Amino acid sequence: MRRIPLHLALLGWTLVTGFPLLWAAISALKTDREILTSPWSLPESPQWTNFARAWTEADIGRYFLNSVLVVGGALGLTMLLGALAAYALARYPFRGNRFVYYLFVASMFFPTFLALVPLFFTVQQLGLLGTHLGLILVYTAFATPFTIFFLHAFFRGLPSAVAEAAFLDGCSHAGVFFRIMLPMARPGLISVAIFNFLGLWNQYLLPLVLNPDPDNYVLAQGLAALSTSQGYRGDWSGLFAGLTIAMLPVLAAYVVFQRQIQAGATAGALR
Amino acid sequence: MRRRGLGFVACALLPALLLHVVFVLSPYAQAFYLSLTDWNGVAGQARFVGLDNFRQLGSDPLFLAAVRNNLVLLLTLPLGTIALGLFLATALKFGSRGGRSGVRGARFYSIVFFFPQLLSVAIVAVLWGFAYNPNSGLINGGLRALGLDGLARSWLAEPGLALFAVLAVLIWSGVGFYLVLFSAAMDAIPREFYEAALLDGAGQWTTFRRITLPLLWDNVQVAFVYLGMAALDGFALVQIMTVGPGGPDGATEVIGLSLYRNAFTFSRFGYAAAMGVALFFGTLVFAVLALRAGRRERVELA
Repeated sequence: MRRIPLHLALLGWTLVTGFPLLWAAISALKTDREILTSPWSLPESPQWTNFARAWTEADIGRYFLNSVLVVGGALGLTMLLGALAAYALARYPFRGNRFVYYLFVASMFFPTFLALVPLFFTVQQLGLLGTHLGLILVYTAFATPFTIFFLHAFFRGLPSAVAEAAFLDGCSHAGVFFRIMLPMARPGLISVAIFNFLGLWNQYLLPLVLNPDPDNYVLAQGLAALSTSQGYRGDWSGLFAGLTIAMLPVLAAYVVFQRQIQAGATAGALR
Repeated sequence: MRRRGLGFVACALLPALLLHVVFVLSPYAQAFYLSLTDWNGVAGQARFVGLDNFRQLGSDPLFLAAVRNNLVLLLTLPLGTIALGLFLATALKFGSRGGRSGVRGARFYSIVFFFPQLLSVAIVAVLWGFAYNPNSGLINGGLRALGLDGLARSWLAEPGLALFAVLAVLIWSGVGFYLVLFSAAMDAIPREFYEAALLDGAGQWTTFRRITLPLLWDNVQVAFVYLGMAALDGFALVQIMTVGPGGPDGATEVIGLSLYRNAFTFSRFGYAAAMGVALFFGTLVFAVLALRAGRRERVELA
């Protein structure tokens, strides 16, 4: 049984990754007293009201909806604009094509911190500081280079015979793109959409700098502010409930779609 | 494609290009100029000061602590994450009795191992902030439950421990992703390679070193570059988890935090921009070195 150490290692890492999440979910059902005095015990009677309190009084519900709005808007816009640009660059030869392509792609290798200060003032001057629209536009701008990079290769690989036939039938350029190329590129679109979703949902730095109004906080900001500010009256159980609300939907969606998500995220990274 | 269609190309490209120029390219370009000024946020008050900001960086103890901490992370984070990821991927694939078909429960493991990757960095930071809590946290609670009270610490408040507490969380949240990446690459290695090695009497370690690692080298290199960039960041965890933040006593200060504080707390925008430029050149040097070192290695193995 030489394999036993390997199995122990796998089980060990399962505990290391899974247990803290389980601990947070269990703590969300405890009273503050239980949390402070016995971190490893089970709740005596589950305090379901913690969740209601976190959702409404601690504004987790509002932050969650803000996140959905901002990430949803940015993801939709990124996919539309990124796919259009990638397609134009991949399938239409024109003067300056390579130049524009590299203009997009080069910025993937720059640290966001370099842009941070001027970006703040750009957004401020446009009157978009603290607005969801501002965040959506900035998220989109920072997510499109990778989207273009990824989909450029994808559109290049698609056969042109179908498109040619459609042109002969009198289809317009936009028609060919939306009705023929986009459906054919679906696997690539899904991969890059998953990768972008994880990246945008995980954003913390950009909203921290560009979204200072607490009413407009996204989930990441809201949770961080709750945990660091003393203003929350030491409501530990409410914080754990908020944390659980933030974690569970993502993990549940992942368990259902795990094959696509793992494949999408790694395909995104490998290109 | 057809000859014409330039109108469509313009409509397809311009929105993305416009956003890119306004929110990405122009800020990047402005940062280089701002780093040469003493701008404090009042329009029209920026004075050109040449390389003064960079000279100041060299004698700013907090910034130097940040550079040191980022370098420590740069040396430890990629190695730790890649080693663990490779080990677990190998265990998943070769832990079974036949040694080839993948361990029982491999799918379950790879699902759970990927969990941290899905959580927002802020969630990870808040969660581990709780877990490290000296009195009611997961870790000290566990140690006490095992009767190891002597090992309980205030993890984030001791200067010698705090950075490694942050490092552990960075590794925790990254391993699952690289494990999946390496597993996918291992699936692409032809089975005959391993059968031949087995016939030649090669042990597990030799097989890993002579077959798996060389054939995974491209992925390891990609992982190394990504993780290096993550190691040069570290901002979110430090800002949310640590005392100060950046403390105790600069023990967890990172360049991003120094930059953020100087810009948005002290309004020293020119100085903060200089930190951004320094970070940019640091990243550039790292990426070039990592890619060159990787290429040499690959030629040797080929």
